[in-house]
Amino acid sequence: MLLVKWLKKEAPVINFDYVKPTTEQNALTACKDPLAQFIAGGTNLVDLMKRGVTNPEKLVDITGLPMSNIEQKGDNIFIGSLALNSVVAEHELIKKHLPLLSQALQAGASPQIRNMATVGGNMMQRTRCGYFYDLSMPCNKRTPNSGCGAKEGYNRMHAIFGASDKCIAVHPSDMCVALAALDATVLIANGKLLRRVPFKDFHKLPGSNPEKDNNLLKGELITGVEVPINAAFAQHSLYTKIRDRASYAFALVSVAAALEMNGKTIKDIRLAMGGVAHKPWRLTTAEQFLKSKEATPANFKQAAMLALKDATSYGHNQFKLTLAPNTIVHTLHTLAGI
Amino acid sequence: MGNYFFDSATVFEELDRVDGKAKVTGQAKYSAEYEMPGLAYGVIVGANISKGTIAAIDINAAEKAPGVLGVVTHLNITKPAGYIAADATKPAAVRGLKVFDDNVIHFNGQPIALVMADSFERATHAASLIKAQYNKETFSTGLEQAMKDEKPLEGNQYKESIRGEKDAWKNAAVKVEGTYTMPNQVHNPMEMHATTVKWEGDDKVTVWEKTQGVKSTQRDIMQAFALTEKNVQVNTLYVGGGFGAALRTWPHAMAALIGAKKIGKPLKVVLTRMQMFTLVGYRPEAIQKIAIGADNDGKLIGMMHEANAVTSNYENFTENIVKMTRALYSCANVTTKYNVYPVELSTPTWMRGPGEATGSFPLECALDELSYQLKMDPIELRLKNYAETDPENGKPYSSKFLKEAYQLGADKFGWKDRHPIPNTMMENGWKVGVGMSTGIFGAFRNEAKLGLKLMADGTLIMQTAVSDSGPGTATAMTKIAADAMGLPYNKIKFELGDSSLPPGPTQGGSSSTSTVGAAVSTGCVTLQKKLAEAAKSSPVFGHIVAVENFLFQNGEMVLKTDPTKKLSYSEVLKNAGMTSIEFIENSGRNPAMEKYSAYSYAVHFVKVLVHPLTGVVKIAKAVVAGDAGKIVSPKTAKSQMIGGVVGGIGGALMEESVIDERYGRWINNNFADYHVPVHADVPAIEAVFVDKPDPILNPVGSKGMGEIALIGFAAAVANAVYHATGKRIRELPITPDKLI
Ligand SMILES: Cc1cc2nc3c(=O)[nH]c(=O)nc-3n(C[C@H](O)[C@H](O)[C@H](O)COP(=O)(O)OP(=O)(O)OC[C@H]3O[C@@H](n4cnc5c(N)ncnc54)[C@H](O)[C@@H]3O)c2cc1C
Ligand code: SF4
Repeated sequence: MLLVKWLKKEAPVINFDYVKPTTEQNALTACKDPLAQFIAGGTNLVDLMKRGVTNPEKLVDITGLPMSNIEQKGDNIFIGSLALNSVVAEHELIKKHLPLLSQALQAGASPQIRNMATVGGNMMQRTRCGYFYDLSMPCNKRTPNSGCGAKEGYNRMHAIFGASDKCIAVHPSDMCVALAALDATVLIANGKLLRRVPFKDFHKLPGSNPEKDNNLLKGELITGVEVPINAAFAQHSLYTKIRDRASYAFALVSVAAALEMNGKTIKDIRLAMGGVAHKPWRLTTAEQFLKSKEATPANFKQAAMLALKDATSYGHNQFKLTLAPNTIVHTLHTLAGI
Repeated sequence: MGNYFFDSATVFEELDRVDGKAKVTGQAKYSAEYEMPGLAYGVIVGANISKGTIAAIDINAAEKAPGVLGVVTHLNITKPAGYIAADATKPAAVRGLKVFDDNVIHFNGQPIALVMADSFERATHAASLIKAQYNKETFSTGLEQAMKDEKPLEGNQYKESIRGEKDAWKNAAVKVEGTYTMPNQVHNPMEMHATTVKWEGDDKVTVWEKTQGVKSTQRDIMQAFALTEKNVQVNTLYVGGGFGAALRTWPHAMAALIGAKKIGKPLKVVLTRMQMFTLVGYRPEAIQKIAIGADNDGKLIGMMHEANAVTSNYENFTENIVKMTRALYSCANVTTKYNVYPVELSTPTWMRGPGEATGSFPLECALDELSYQLKMDPIELRLKNYAETDPENGKPYSSKFLKEAYQLGADKFGWKDRHPIPNTMMENGWKVGVGMSTGIFGAFRNEAKLGLKLMADGTLIMQTAVSDSGPGTATAMTKIAADAMGLPYNKIKFELGDSSLPPGPTQGGSSSTSTVGAAVSTGCVTLQKKLAEAAKSSPVFGHIVAVENFLFQNGEMVLKTDPTKKLSYSEVLKNAGMTSIEFIENSGRNPAMEKYSAYSYAVHFVKVLVHPLTGVVKIAKAVVAGDAGKIVSPKTAKSQMIGGVVGGIGGALMEESVIDERYGRWINNNFADYHVPVHADVPAIEAVFVDKPDPILNPVGSKGMGEIALIGFAAAVANAVYHATGKRIRELPITPDKLI
């Protein structure tokens, strides 16, 4: 294990240790310290450190671990947590079996960032809420009980589903929306057993403790995700991302959709949205509604209305109440070829 | 969709950018890239309140932090001479915010301390240890609020201007009226502002500074520190984009000068991207009302344009927002009013197309709206109101080829295929619309001195103290000299970016090519005379010395009457026993210009696709036709126009400053959240030029170009969006939420 320790007295910036273990066990042990944190591509964590949002005392660089494999395991595709976003997006197995995931990844960030970003890091990336990044502003997620700057402030990018009084932030990932739609499972190591968590239960709603984005416990390591192969979905899936510029912008809203058709009838369907909640948002009511129905504009419209039933807005993001259903309808129209 | 601009089929045979290779290979050194022994690093700490005073500031921990060499605040500053007015009735030499002068906070992010250390990281860390306490006061940062709560500034420049009858538009047969808003826009050049300072003793300093004006920066420093010209050396060899943000000597540069003096070491201060939003200006937010009345034939009867904009609470910044409405079209009755409200933000500054870019948005949208009411083609309406002489003063134009530009652009774009009724065209599920607009900007020429040296080997060296913030000044000047002297490009060297060279102008207001180009042009004429004079001693030409008898081509003087008689420039020098010909050419305004008005024009044509369900707007095609006089360097001219249009796409579709008015703090002060166009937003852009010389402004025949490239573009997009959807968007940027 490589250990670099900056002597406190000679510290160039903020003191932190940096270790780069090569085995899972060493990584888990190294990350037991209360203020230790894993670092993978660093595309999110380093920014957060520079802004002073996160101040780890020890960085455990996991990029030396053998966790970047992508392979078919029975009826599943396994993706190691260190697989790079760019590699996953371009991988033959992914393009063939999980094109929805490939599209979602391609829609995210920039080529340079995707070349550094890992699957685990993408899941763990934090919200882009501007108040969260600015230490001079209130933010319950960053500093519990300091207030939520966005609720009565600038909240154009914020949630319309499942927010709480404490926090209305959204999870910014594109990749996770596809994984939620595809019923992936997250594999987690904690030194004892291997935990398996359904993707839709991995991220959490803000509730009363928005400082926690997800249900991963301190010191636990994401080792990979498993995604079931579904030949029909692979034929018919689409990720639509609506943003303020054509590339390199976070989603105003996004829709991941996969369809299994039986003639004109929808046999099975998966629908999830991004940019609308503190977690990738599965549209289960809309899915239920559309199952066994014909793929018609009227049905799609009705499904979109159902999906928006519990939506609320906070001012600047009111447009999402229209943009979200429109994007659902647009995605389903395109997918069904109408 | 269309090709990207780099796929363009056009084969450029013109001169490449002379500094292009250095720039793309990392050889070009920018102001932050000068290393020297003992170099210290300065980090600026900003206030996090918007208005009030500093009650206490604790620098103890920072001073004790490892590597720290010193901290400057208002409490321990040694004030430069220019902070204090010698005569109480006059302002102090240093204008604007005098950094660390007192404990008053004017805006959020205002520098309250400069921390200097032996490494950037240590300075950054120590800066985070500075703690300030404040007495806070109420403030406002938004224009809408300020318009409700406050009175605008008073003074002559804000007085209502009335030509003809004030409310004439109201009685016209056909009328349009609207209120248009535009947020603060930030220049955001790629290169951060940077200042590297090296004092030699108390009264001599060298500065590597990002500036669009090496001489103006030199002057500011001389005045601030009461130094002589020869003791202030400013170097700006390369600028990584300016767009107006480098037209002033900003507080961070003063801070660097003060700090370096304090620690007695060379010091470098580089702004962070976040500081680029608060410390180097922005295009001020504007709310504008416009009203236009016309008769049934489309002849303008009257216009009213009221602009409201922000400035800082410590400096009155104004720009030509409403001038275009008075100057562009022939209309007897025009009333304009410009209201400026001070808010708790830093001082705005000129940004590409200053004033006109803001004012053209309502004007050119209103004209479009009028054209639909009249059921008249938007170009026809503009031609109907074409000004043959300057409507403001009746003067003739030194040149005006706007009609030709309408024609040229319309042909290139295929404007004749436009369906006259909005909301009728579809392509692959997207609504299609086309729109156009006109841009206008004054054409200027200022004074310049140019050093010329013809060397023994026939190389021509030209020198002037200008900086090139991106248009390719050295390239254009090389081109002019090459044409005039008949020299190959590689025999010409244009040196700039050094305040000890003969004084040149500040690069702003699209005037560099006209100003410096004029000096190059007349300088080459002078050089030809001097060569002819020197050729006296060469027997080849007999006794002929009058310059008119010679052609200057391929690096040789050729006798017109007998082209077999020729001599290379180096032979002329050799025969005359000279090692070089050196002189300084003075160039100034043409006095004849008193009688003329001079403007450059651009006509923008845009095709947009608007998604009916998601409101996404894509620019599918853009053509810009320019009347910028003679096109000196076609390749850099095209780049200049293309760059302006890319900036225009940003302003039209995405650029928006977001400030939380409760805190007076920026929400999107970074490149992830403040959007500028990426390649995927930029379609094939075609730039075409009338390319007819202006015979009076300057001997080159050029007019300005940098500003018009962007002026009016946002209106063309909004007009195209209207044509596509039937929705008139009066609020920039046109993001998807506004179209669903
Ligand atoms: C300008 C910009 C634009 C972006 N745009 C988009 C976008 O449009 N769409 C999008 O989806 N994303 C976008 N991103 C985010 C990008 O996808 C994430 O930054 C990236 O996925 C993070 O991966 P990483 O490997 O660099 O994570 P790191 O920065 O290394 O780590 C992030 C977090 O994950 C934790 N972590 C990493 N790996 C593991 C693991 N195996 N187990 C447990 N914890 C782990 C770290 O401890 C850390 O807390 C953008 C980012 C930037 C900077
Ligand atoms: S929305 Fe959440 S992240 Fe944003 S300010 Fe509120 S608490 Fe913080």
